[in-house]
Amino acid sequence: MTHFRVTPVALGLAVLLTLVVILAAGTGPYQIPPRDVVAAILDRVAGNHDQGQTATVLFQIRLPRIAAAICVGAALSAAGAAYQNLFRNPLVSPDILGVSHGAGLGAVIGILFGLPVAVIELMGFVTGSLTVVLVSALAWSLRERGDILMLVLSGIVVGALAAAAISLVKIIADPYSQLPMITYWLLGSLASIRPDDLAVVVPTVAIGLIPLFLLRWRIAVLSLGDDDARALGVDTRRTRQVVIAAATLITASVVAVSGVIGWVGLMVPHLARLLVGARFDRLLPVSILLGASFMVVVDTLARTIAPIEIPIGVLTALVGGGLFVWLITRHGARALWRRE
Amino acid sequence: MIGLAGRSIVLIVLLLFAQLLASSSSAEARTVVDSAGRRVEVPDTINRVFASGPPAGVLLYVVAPEKMIGWGRTPRDIDKPFLLPATRELPELGRLTGRGDTINTERLMASRPDVIIDFGATSDTYRSIAERIQAQTGIPYLLIDGRFENTPAALRLLADILGVSERGEALARASEAIFAEVDRAVAAVPPAVRPRIYLARGLDGFETGSRGSINTEIIERVGAVNVVEGVREAGGLARVSPEQVIAWAPDTIITIDPAVRRMIMERPEWQVVPAVRSRRVFLLPNRPFGTIDLPPSVNRLIGLPLLVHTLYPDRARTNLEADLRGFYRLFYQVDIPDAEIEKFLEGLGH
Repeated sequence: MTHFRVTPVALGLAVLLTLVVILAAGTGPYQIPPRDVVAAILDRVAGNHDQGQTATVLFQIRLPRIAAAICVGAALSAAGAAYQNLFRNPLVSPDILGVSHGAGLGAVIGILFGLPVAVIELMGFVTGSLTVVLVSALAWSLRERGDILMLVLSGIVVGALAAAAISLVKIIADPYSQLPMITYWLLGSLASIRPDDLAVVVPTVAIGLIPLFLLRWRIAVLSLGDDDARALGVDTRRTRQVVIAAATLITASVVAVSGVIGWVGLMVPHLARLLVGARFDRLLPVSILLGASFMVVVDTLARTIAPIEIPIGVLTALVGGGLFVWLITRHGARALWRRE
Repeated sequence: MIGLAGRSIVLIVLLLFAQLLASSSSAEARTVVDSAGRRVEVPDTINRVFASGPPAGVLLYVVAPEKMIGWGRTPRDIDKPFLLPATRELPELGRLTGRGDTINTERLMASRPDVIIDFGATSDTYRSIAERIQAQTGIPYLLIDGRFENTPAALRLLADILGVSERGEALARASEAIFAEVDRAVAAVPPAVRPRIYLARGLDGFETGSRGSINTEIIERVGAVNVVEGVREAGGLARVSPEQVIAWAPDTIITIDPAVRRMIMERPEWQVVPAVRSRRVFLLPNRPFGTIDLPPSVNRLIGLPLLVHTLYPDRARTNLEADLRGFYRLFYQVDIPDAEIEKFLEGLGH
């Protein structure tokens, strides 16, 4: 029942992702000709651990960063697609339940106290997850059953509180040392991704994606509305809880290492919907592949168009905002929520 | 026609009148001209000074610590041994910089300063902030030009305004001597052999200042090249990637954060940077204030001899240990323990 058919669209996107990765691996301020990229990778696969400059740039810096971009793009797009389906609303993004602001608050407090980077990332992850727990608990206490509208409202309120607390921390922070760090963090960047980060992020994102995959049929049914879904024998409450838990896990873990990156989780599912329609079981793999490619491209731009890092959040807002306008003018607002 | 005598009388009367006006006002106030050319009336004796932000705070501390009424930010515990005991426990008042203020006007007034000083940019933005706050609170607000080169003049100006001209003169002379010694040492170093420096800031060392930034001003002042060429010529802070640092291939790295230095010496992504391979990663002192920036103020003066001795050991003529002791004694009015001097020198590879 959970067998997986590879569609031509998904296959095409997988090829696209591979091409994008190879291109990105050869591009950067430190020049590595494509031939050397391939040679170095083959060398590493053969078991030689070259410590040269090219190898260091490639294996310590550039490839981990590309892997992180794939992970972040896939995670945010999957979470966005799941949430848009769950809330039956095209304007929903992965941070609808306050996870980004929550994670941001933990991270900026970590920066304020001058903690090591790994601890800052951990704090971001923990507070991001706690925020969603808090939102769910609030929604639960406001109504007998976890009503969608209550969930969204609670998410807005708690998210706004976290945002306000972030502003407070910014005011308290040292304007010469901590404030720049906080500003950069809140704009999102993969500049300082290290192989160690991947060892934590990749498994957590994978753990979050698995239930979304396994339950993709049931999640798809949720978009019909609670009554219809229940008539089809789906336990809507349980399914919804799983989706929220999975999306929170993957979003919080990527936000913890990359900072706040907006628009991807909102935009990519829309583009994916243009390609394969709104059915979640088809949408999910396509969103993941598209999101991964998109993020690799954007991150390559972030690290190459200027000597200094352009924050990814700035680029995704530019590109995402542009795409959104194009979508609406080209296909009309209805394109955002085609049922099929 | 009024005759010569008549004209003289008119002149004398006018002069007397002017004298009277001047003396009547100088009984309680006098007019000073700040760096922005603003004429500001200040009380004759000034005992309580509010510093608008960290750079002004350091300037005020060096010139007249007894007139401080508080800190913008409470000093860290590790800073306190390097500060005069009377200033260590002063209250935290917050900062006043237009947008992003952490003190409100009422609390500012409640702290009863005689004057407010700001040490930094004198652009129209800051002029207008000064005018507005002065008009609203009635407290004289003085702008002092914060460019590094202007340090001696800034020390004299503030000292004159606060009525401690003698101290101002001593400090200004000392800073002029420091600048002159740097110029002498650097003059004969051919551009081709000057160090290419990367300033490692932030928690992970990948935050830095672009060429022309106030945070890296001191690098250019010692004739070195800041490897960071940003999108903006006028500098500013920037985040960069490890890959970009490797591409810039700096031969020298400086930082004022011990944790950042440790990270640079240990982590694999830094190992291919020429500066790390040749172990030219220097830790400059950051107590009580940073010697490179943090804040970019008078505290940078000691950064100059430290860098000269580190970057051009053959050209340096002064005794670094004596430089350090002398600077802390004169500017911060504290004696640094031998153990701290050793730590400072160790960070510079001496």
